[in-house]
Amino acid sequence: MLLRLEDVQTYYGKSHILHGVSLEVQPGEVVGLLGRNGVGKSTTLKTIAGIVRPAAGQVTFEGKPVAGLPPYRLAHLGIAWVPEDRRVFRLLTVLENLRTGLERPGVSEAQKSALLDKVYAYFPVLAERRSQAGGTLSGGEQQMLAIARAMMLEPKIILLDEPTEGLMPRMVSLIRDIVQRLRQDGVAILLVEQNVPLTLDATSRCYIMEKGAVQYHAPSAELKNNHAVIRQYLGV
Amino acid sequence: MAIPFDQILIQTVTGLVNGMILALVASGLTLIFGIMDVVNFAHGDLVMLGAFVGATTVAVTGSFWLGLLIAAVTLAVFGAAIQITTLRPLLGRDPLTTILATFGISLVLQKYAIWQWGPSARQIVEPISGQFQLFYLQYPWYRILTALLSASIIGALYLFLKFGKYGIWIRATTQDRVMAAAMGIPVPLVHTTVFAIGAAMAAASGVLFGPLGGVTQNMGFDFTLRAFIVVVVGGMGNLGGSILAAIFISLLEAYASLVVSPAQAVIVSFVALILTLLIRPTGLFVPTPK
Amino acid sequence: MSAPRRDYAYWIGFVVVVALLWAAPLVLPGSWGRFATEILIWGLLAMSSDILIGYTGMVSFGHSVFFGLGMYGAAAALLSVKPPNLWLALAYGLVAAAVVSAFVAYFATRLREIYFSITTLVFSQIFYVIIFTWTEVTGGENGLTFSQPPLSFLGLYSARFTPTTLHWFVLAVVVISFLLLRRITQSPFGKVLQSIRENEPRTRAIGYSVERYKIVAVMLSGLFAGLSGILYALQNKFAAPDFVFFVISGEVVIFNVMGGMGTLVGPVAGAAFFFLLREGLSRYFTEYYLIPVGIIFTAMVIFMPQGILGFLRRRLNA
Repeated sequence: MLLRLEDVQTYYGKSHILHGVSLEVQPGEVVGLLGRNGVGKSTTLKTIAGIVRPAAGQVTFEGKPVAGLPPYRLAHLGIAWVPEDRRVFRLLTVLENLRTGLERPGVSEAQKSALLDKVYAYFPVLAERRSQAGGTLSGGEQQMLAIARAMMLEPKIILLDEPTEGLMPRMVSLIRDIVQRLRQDGVAILLVEQNVPLTLDATSRCYIMEKGAVQYHAPSAELKNNHAVIRQYLGV
Repeated sequence: MAIPFDQILIQTVTGLVNGMILALVASGLTLIFGIMDVVNFAHGDLVMLGAFVGATTVAVTGSFWLGLLIAAVTLAVFGAAIQITTLRPLLGRDPLTTILATFGISLVLQKYAIWQWGPSARQIVEPISGQFQLFYLQYPWYRILTALLSASIIGALYLFLKFGKYGIWIRATTQDRVMAAAMGIPVPLVHTTVFAIGAAMAAASGVLFGPLGGVTQNMGFDFTLRAFIVVVVGGMGNLGGSILAAIFISLLEAYASLVVSPAQAVIVSFVALILTLLIRPTGLFVPTPK
Repeated sequence: MSAPRRDYAYWIGFVVVVALLWAAPLVLPGSWGRFATEILIWGLLAMSSDILIGYTGMVSFGHSVFFGLGMYGAAAALLSVKPPNLWLALAYGLVAAAVVSAFVAYFATRLREIYFSITTLVFSQIFYVIIFTWTEVTGGENGLTFSQPPLSFLGLYSARFTPTTLHWFVLAVVVISFLLLRRITQSPFGKVLQSIRENEPRTRAIGYSVERYKIVAVMLSGLFAGLSGILYALQNKFAAPDFVFFVISGEVVIFNVMGGMGTLVGPVAGAAFFFLLREGLSRYFTEYYLIPVGIIFTAMVIFMPQGILGFLRRRLNA
């Protein structure tokens, strides 16, 4: 068991966003988190990443309780967060963006070099633009940078928040490929997405949220054929 | 009424020299604001404390350089202590609260200085004496040294920020502290370190200024006010802007004192602030915001 | 407690306090009587600042300029017109304060938060420098001294002030000011100010001309601050540039924060609290009393931002 949430409640100020979210992710699994807009998917990821503190409930990572720990501790434990708006450091170069995750205690220069090479192999365009400021990249390139940056942490799980949002179809299939390759590398992924077909393809199982809690859970293969459920929770 | 050209040139040199010291003070202030939204009302008092620590060290050891070093290190530690106890709890609250809190700290520091060192002013002997001929004036070498030292310290800061891992940490935290934390950067530590650096720079300015203007218990307010003006005119959080603004304002004041008394020349910087806020509030030396 | 009963209790408390203040110079020994008068004057200054900081959410670091201009305005009247006339002093002082307030209001109100605070500080320093250096007109560093005008009504009645009657005069002015300010803060105008403090963009979106309200708030605040300056001049018979210097503005902010912003009464209590602290702590700390006061103030900013009054209110309501 890599990650488990039990009955997590989270507030933004006075708004009660998460009303008891429970889910789990095994090592190396790719799990989807689906639901309409505003249902609490991003907040769930933020709670796991330590960006917001849960008011109640447990978050356990590799058996240890981590709820309430600051984000930088969680990053060191192996939780990487790729936010919905990417949030690349606009005034830092591509390389400097990557280095924010690369410069960690206990990583040798050789390892850093190898990590960089690996990520440049995944994303050749980033190698090209390595000295360019993050803010000058296109939307798709910024998304790649955000994912590459997360990979610099050598995480055990990547929290991917709507990676295909605003991207061209060509980029969408690129994202699908990246998710595959990450899975092959043994990295678990919790994927929040609005693009249902992509999610069902790329994941082994999916949780569906509504009104701040998980309402449905099934293997993706099964969900693909369950049009009723899809219409109910995800239909417009 | 024509002003002799060499007087103007002399004032230019003076303006540049004063500008460099002011730039050193203002850089610390703007760095602190940029990274943690703290408007440090006590910044000038850190300059003052640095000057006193420096003066005491110089009096005891006879070495100006030791005084500079000890002052910077002492104030760095002290600044870190202040940040941890008083400013960390305020992270996330609006900047007005930080101005109030640092105002309270400023009160304490000013009175503490009097308690610790007594009410009389101190002297710092300049490390190099001697003058050179600048037109009709004998111009002290020390003034030039001050400008060079300030420039070097600021230059070193720039290099530190631009290259090296900690520079990246600081710049990332300044741009997006939440994302920086999510990338494993220990943001609270970065904040404390930056405050310490700002305090050290303030202390260095105080020691450098010592031989020029003396070390007095109420010099703090003047520095704070000037530094605020510079930081606003230069664009809050903009390091390059503060340096340019510091030089700009000091030059304006230097030229103004050809016409009015030095006490009145400060009004020039006040007017510069007000004009900036009216015309280009993001800062005179900031590229137009997109 | 239901609303009418709470109101009732409030007014009873009010009357009691005013009565105590009225009796103060009669029962307290010499300098304590003067002390009471001074607390009233600073209390009025603090109240004026509360309009901005507590109700509109604009922290002014330059209130000393309104105080000082009121003072110098009164001085001008008392020095230039013979025989010295109380009402003329009030008029001149209020006009001076009004002019400065208009000036500051025009330039500073469109600025956000910190910039507004820094600008008010800078403005008060500008006036400080002008007053300090324009020796021919303002007496420069030494300030101006003048004699106290008698209390006179339309040439019919005239009597010199005694410390006690002056105290009562000041008390009357401060009480009337308080009632006026209270009326204003509870009026629709006052509600808009508070709405600006709570959420300026929303207030603007609803359709209120936020700039105009802020300008009026600054002028109101400046006028009453000037009034306190006039009273100070009357009590002490001198005007000095020190009173335009930042220290005064800083103390006003301390009164506001310590007493409780947005309550009108709070800042007055804050002023009293500050002066009592000063009296008490000076015994042990002599002139370094500001060190513990500064520490207390900073701690209050962090842990008790609602001030003493807010703290008590919470306790009493619970």
